[in-house]
Amino acid sequence: MTEHLFDQGGALVNVSRRSLLTGVGAGVFVLAAGLPAPSGAQEKKFGADGMPNGWRDDPAVFISLAEDGTVTVTCHRSEMGQGVRTSLAMVAAEELEADWARVRVAQAWADEERFGNQDTDGSRSLRHWFMPMRRAGAAARTMLEQAAAAQWGVAVAQVRAGDHAVSHAASGRSLSYGALAKAASMLPVPDRGSLRLKPATAFRYIGKDTIGLVDNQDITTGKAVYGIDAQIDGMLFAVVARPPVYGGKVAYHDAAEALKVPGVVKVIAIDPPAIPSEFEPLGGIAVIARNSWAAIKGREALKITWEDGPNAVYSSDSYRARLSEAASKSGKVVRNEGDVERALAGAAKRVTAEYYIPHLAQSPLEPPAALVRIADGAAEAWACTQAPQVTRARLAKRLGLPVEKVKVNVTLLGGGFGRKSKPDFVIEAGLCSQAMDGAPVKLIWTREDDLHHGYYHTVSVERLEAGLDASGKVTAWLHRSAAPTIGSIFAPDPKHELPFELGMGLVNLPFAIPNIRAENPEAPAHVRIGWFRAVSNIPHAFAVQSFVAELAAAAGRDPKDYLLELIGPARLIDPTKIGDAWNHGEDPERYPIDTGRLRAVIETAAKGIGWGRTLPKGSGLGIAGHYSFVSYIAVAVEVTVSEGGRLAIPRVDIAIDCGPMVNPDRVRSQMEGAVIMGAGIASSAEISFKNGRAQQDNFDTYELTRMDSAPRDIRVHLLPTSDYERPLGGVGEPGLPPVAPAIANAVFAATGKRIRQLPIRDQLSA
Amino acid sequence: MTTIVVNGMERRYDGDPEMPLLWYLRDELGLTGTKFGCGVAACGACTIHLDGMAVRACQTPISAAAGLTVTTIEGLSPDGNHPVQAAWRELNVSQCGYCQPGQIMQASALLKETPNPRDEDIDNAMSGNLCRCGTYPRIRAAIKQAAKGVRP
Repeated sequence: MTEHLFDQGGALVNVSRRSLLTGVGAGVFVLAAGLPAPSGAQEKKFGADGMPNGWRDDPAVFISLAEDGTVTVTCHRSEMGQGVRTSLAMVAAEELEADWARVRVAQAWADEERFGNQDTDGSRSLRHWFMPMRRAGAAARTMLEQAAAAQWGVAVAQVRAGDHAVSHAASGRSLSYGALAKAASMLPVPDRGSLRLKPATAFRYIGKDTIGLVDNQDITTGKAVYGIDAQIDGMLFAVVARPPVYGGKVAYHDAAEALKVPGVVKVIAIDPPAIPSEFEPLGGIAVIARNSWAAIKGREALKITWEDGPNAVYSSDSYRARLSEAASKSGKVVRNEGDVERALAGAAKRVTAEYYIPHLAQSPLEPPAALVRIADGAAEAWACTQAPQVTRARLAKRLGLPVEKVKVNVTLLGGGFGRKSKPDFVIEAGLCSQAMDGAPVKLIWTREDDLHHGYYHTVSVERLEAGLDASGKVTAWLHRSAAPTIGSIFAPDPKHELPFELGMGLVNLPFAIPNIRAENPEAPAHVRIGWFRAVSNIPHAFAVQSFVAELAAAAGRDPKDYLLELIGPARLIDPTKIGDAWNHGEDPERYPIDTGRLRAVIETAAKGIGWGRTLPKGSGLGIAGHYSFVSYIAVAVEVTVSEGGRLAIPRVDIAIDCGPMVNPDRVRSQMEGAVIMGAGIASSAEISFKNGRAQQDNFDTYELTRMDSAPRDIRVHLLPTSDYERPLGGVGEPGLPPVAPAIANAVFAATGKRIRQLPIRDQLSA
Repeated sequence: MTTIVVNGMERRYDGDPEMPLLWYLRDELGLTGTKFGCGVAACGACTIHLDGMAVRACQTPISAAAGLTVTTIEGLSPDGNHPVQAAWRELNVSQCGYCQPGQIMQASALLKETPNPRDEDIDNAMSGNLCRCGTYPRIRAAIKQAAKGVRP
């Protein structure tokens, strides 16, 4: 059996050129000649249109069909636990009328010209790709119907695809998808506008809980391949000793002892980057060896004197004081409505509070790791990357190769949380391979490397001040957020948060307050600041939602009622009208802030936990609601605090309205995970610095939530919608921000102790 | 020369006897189901069975395993259908999945010792195994489900 594929122009090409599609066996057909890239992409600037290289909906790119009936859906987004390989394939299979048992998922390599945007971040894979993947599936299904109709000599309208076959009811004839694969592959892809999408009432997979994870078998048997698991015969292993202070460099090194360690093959220097370092490696000394252990032992034997540079001044204690000082004064005004000064001056009561949220490390359980080899002027990488195309471009540039000579294979990611959006570790692997004349080198980061040399979540002081009138109603709201920006890894000494950071719960606060101002005082960066799941929503939501409960207490009101009162009546808010031009990258008309939806999740979470019920001494309920990634989430928490100050979280109710759902079980699992990660942020996780050096080395001191400290009973409430015409919201990140403030508010209810500094750690035993 | 039995196969190794089993399994034998997460026995991603006991491979020098039987996730059951593995799939426990081999090895050792564990037993046995994605509620549920299938 010959294998056929059709390139974008419809010409037959050799299948071996497209290694991805050869994995599914003989007789593989990619359905059809390609659709042109979307023509309107230049004019629009929201959603998927606004992403680098936009979107594709060409079935030839995403769907192949073998003569044995096996459908292979190519997933071009990175799987890091959100379930995207399962969920994107479900969408295509739904419209294709495929039998799920015969659907396989292949992972795309980095090629945005072919696949469209592949950045797996911002909680947008399903949000941006639901419709393109539906159209890809519908186009392939239409071609199968056309092929069957042509074979039978009947009108296409008289045949129908269903359950992996096309049938003609009038004659009772039926042809399997496998039997139609070749003929269908010869047909042109139908016009986008002509496609018939399934009505939501006919969905078999979308919105149902019938599909298990496509990687279940591999994960549970140890066969799943992550970046750190990539193997090639004869490969070498490397670790790098990096400057302990950001911007530092090697002043002196002696590799003699390292080279004596059995198995060590070579020791090389990696040049320090220009600062800001963007995605470039930090420089240092790499040890390349025959196995990981030898590389680690070799690194321990290195003698290095570091030149620390100016960031050696960075210590968390003094930096916190500096942020606090900055937040005590007026800063750059980023939102201003009414007259806050006058309203504060005329307030019956003024309340001020300052909150501190420390640096965090994403610390995916699989640390950064990548395998690279170079041969015949071309490099090939296997990497756990959230940003395949960025990785490809950066690797090519650093290795001095044209982009088309670099292939990046995307492995599974053992967690990402934003860390793996930065390809510094892949470049390190590439440099090691280059130093070994192209031999395959797998470079791994140890956990100490991960915590010492990260792209940390920002650190922030959030200062809030409010004025209440005699009835306890808020008349003035002033929020100052001082935090180093992610922009600091790209531009020298930027002083302020970028629009996307401000739009994460600072300027887009949907509260009905007549006088409201947000300010962003200056905050220099001394370490690499990077995306961490939910990013600036974490400090902003912690401060705002804690402060609301503080105000409720000051006004003698129920915190849930008070929060709803601040949100005000159900209405649509144009985010651009309140100073948020970013709006998570989405069209403000399509995605206004809907306070009715925010109210509904708060009511749902409150009802779930039994808000208002009487609790024993030492127990309390807390609540928080937050809008982010164009989804609405509320969290209600029950805590108990023992006499000795030990915090336990027996119950959490989390409610989400993310619009229409593709895979409800994965929405649930993301909410469960967000609650548990949020509990860690609330109670124990912190990265601190002294003399420019991270003070936490491993999981013994960077304490994450474990089974025994995890919230015990987590109930997820999905706000249902059957209207799949409505836009989808994000899921991976928005669950996280309201968790920590809900816990802190519950702690206040239980103990009267207000948490203004994270993590809580031993604050309750004082 | 160190001789150990890994997933039923006898192996001989003449390298550094101090090399942790973790790296021997992964780098020398290519058994990458045993994961690296911390290197200091603080996360449990490298959990294997050494003569049936759950241990951290990152803290077990190969010399300490001499003459003993090592079982990794790849060898837990011939067909991948150990009740714990099956329960993990039925409940879709995994998110990224990276910690799950270690969780499964820890859970299967727990159930061998304690066929019908209480919540405290599960906490005690499983709290050394980190899951950064936060799958603990499903891990707990899957252990309870698997318990129905592994009673002697």
